[in-house]
Amino acid sequence: MAVEQPDMKISIGSLRLRNPVMTASGTFGYGEEYGSLVNLHRLGAIIVKGISLLPRQGTPPPRIAETACGMLNAIGLENVGLESFLSEKIPFLQGINTPLIVNILGDTVQDYQQLAARLDEEEKVAALEVNISCPNVKQGGVAFGTDPGMAHAVTKGVRQHFSRPVIVKLSPNVTDITGIARAAEEAGADAVSLINTVLGMAIDIKSCQPKLANIFGGLSGPAIKPIGLRMVWQVAECVSIPIIGIGGITTTEDAIEYILAGACAVQVGTTNFINPRATEEIIQGIGAFLVENKMASIQDLIGRARQV
Amino acid sequence: MQAYQQQAEIVNTEKVTGDIYRFTVKAPDIAADSKPGQFVMVRAGEGLDPLLRRPFSIHQVAEGGLVQILIKVIGKGTQAIASLKPGQNMDVLGPLGRGFVHNTMQEHYLVGGGIGVAPLLFLARQLLKKNESSAIKVLLGARTKAEISTLADDFANMGLGVQTSTEDGSLGKQGLVTDLMAPLYSKNPVMVYACGPYPMLRAVAGVSRDRGWACQVSLETIMACGLGACLGCAVLRADMNGYVHVCKDGPVFDADDVAWL
Repeated sequence: MAVEQPDMKISIGSLRLRNPVMTASGTFGYGEEYGSLVNLHRLGAIIVKGISLLPRQGTPPPRIAETACGMLNAIGLENVGLESFLSEKIPFLQGINTPLIVNILGDTVQDYQQLAARLDEEEKVAALEVNISCPNVKQGGVAFGTDPGMAHAVTKGVRQHFSRPVIVKLSPNVTDITGIARAAEEAGADAVSLINTVLGMAIDIKSCQPKLANIFGGLSGPAIKPIGLRMVWQVAECVSIPIIGIGGITTTEDAIEYILAGACAVQVGTTNFINPRATEEIIQGIGAFLVENKMASIQDLIGRARQV
Repeated sequence: MQAYQQQAEIVNTEKVTGDIYRFTVKAPDIAADSKPGQFVMVRAGEGLDPLLRRPFSIHQVAEGGLVQILIKVIGKGTQAIASLKPGQNMDVLGPLGRGFVHNTMQEHYLVGGGIGVAPLLFLARQLLKKNESSAIKVLLGARTKAEISTLADDFANMGLGVQTSTEDGSLGKQGLVTDLMAPLYSKNPVMVYACGPYPMLRAVAGVSRDRGWACQVSLETIMACGLGACLGCAVLRADMNGYVHVCKDGPVFDADDVAWL
C-alpha cells in the first residue's frame, strides 16, 4: 500500500499555501539572497523585507548584538522603497512558484493605503503583511501596534485598498496583545501574525556603552519562543481568523508547538541566518510528524493543545 | 551569487601562535568558487548559544577542494570553532561577498595587521600568477613577533619580499605597519590591499590617499547572515548619505567609498 502523503495545505483568507512554513520578514531579504541555498519553490510563502513608500537608510551601526540564544537588532527598517522593489526585486520573485507576501510599513495611515493600492496592481503579490510592530523606529510602526484604535485604522485603510488577503503583524511589546488582535480582526484582517521582536538591550561593559547605536533593539531567536507561544495561545482564544506563529522557531518541534497552540502556519526568522536550510527541513519535518502520528492533515494538529 | 552550505570535514588543524589556529577543511564547492578577499560563515558549535555564525576570510584554497581559514579565539563562538578536531565536520557557508579587485596596477602592496593577514596569502598567490614577485611587496604588522612570524614565513616561502613591524620591536621595525609604507616609492601605479583592525585600515587609507595610491580595504563588522538579508553589517558611505553592507557590498571596499570615522 502506498504511503499517503499528509495534507499540508492551509488557507489564509482566499490564499492557499502548499504548506504552513514561511520566511519571516527581515530575515530573508527579497528572496534572491537565499536563491542558491534554499529551494524557494518548496516554501509555503516568501515574506520579503518590509517596504515603505520611499527608501529608508536605517539606523546607524552597530545594528546587531548577540545575546544568549538570541540576537538584538535595530536595523531601522532599511529598505529599497516601493518603486525599486517593484522594478528590481519583483522580477526575480515572479520566477518563483511560491506565493509572495509583501510586508509594508509607513508613518501614516495614508502611507499604508498608498502602498496597498500600488501593490494591489501587482498580481505576484499574493498577500500583504502589515507591519505595525517594528520596535526600532520612533514614529509609525510600533505606535500603530500598541493602540487598538490605531491598529484598527491602519488595518481598515489597507483592507479598503487591497483586494487579496491582509495579514496584520503584531508586537509583543504591549500590555494586552489580544486587544490589538481583536482590533485587526474587526477592521477586516484575514489573519494576524505574531510575534515581532521583543524590545531589549545589551551593554558593552568594556566601553560602558549600549551595544546598539539605537540603544534599544528587537530581540529574536530561540530565546523568545516561550513568549511567542504564549501570545499565540492568548490570541487564539479571542479571534477566529487564522494565526501565523512567529518567534524563535529553529526546529520542526518548535513549529509544531506553535501549531498545537493555535497557529495555522509559522514563520521562520532568525534561524535563516544560522541554518539557511531550516525552512525546508521544517516543512519535511512536519510532514514526517503527521505520518508518524497517523494524521491525514495539518488541520488535525492546529490548536490541538487547546482541546481539553 | 552562488553560495554553498557544506558540512566540511576538518582535515588539519595547526596552532599558529597562542590564540590563532589554522584550519584546513574539505569543501570542494566553496574552494572551486572562492576569490581572494571573500569570506565564509562558520557555525559556532551545534547548540543555540552562541547562536550566530562567525565570519572568516578565506585564507587559502588548495588542490583537492581544500579551504583554509585562520581563527583567532576572542570569545565563546571562536572558542567553540577552534576546539573542533580533525575528522569532525565544520558547517561552512560560502564563498560570500566581494573580494579584492586586481588587474590594472603594476605594483602591489599587501598590508596586513595581525589576523588581518588571513586573506592576503590567497591574494598573493593569485597575484603571482600574473605578476613578477618583484612587483609585490608584503607589509605585515602585529603587536609581537609570536603573532606574525609564522605567517610572514608563508609569504617569504612564496618568494615574496616581506617587511614586518611589531609594536614591541620583537620582529622587524618597531612601530606600526604604516611606518613600513612611508619609505616606499614607485614610479608605477600602485594598488594597496589592506586587511586588519579598523584604526590600521584608516591609517593605511590615509597614507595611500596622500601618496596617490589606489587602496582597497577588507572591513570587518559584527554580522548575522553574511548574505545581505539582515542588513546588520552597515557601514557609513563616504558621502555620509546612507550605508553599504560589509557582507554583500564588501567585505572589500575601495577605501574612498567608505567614511573613516
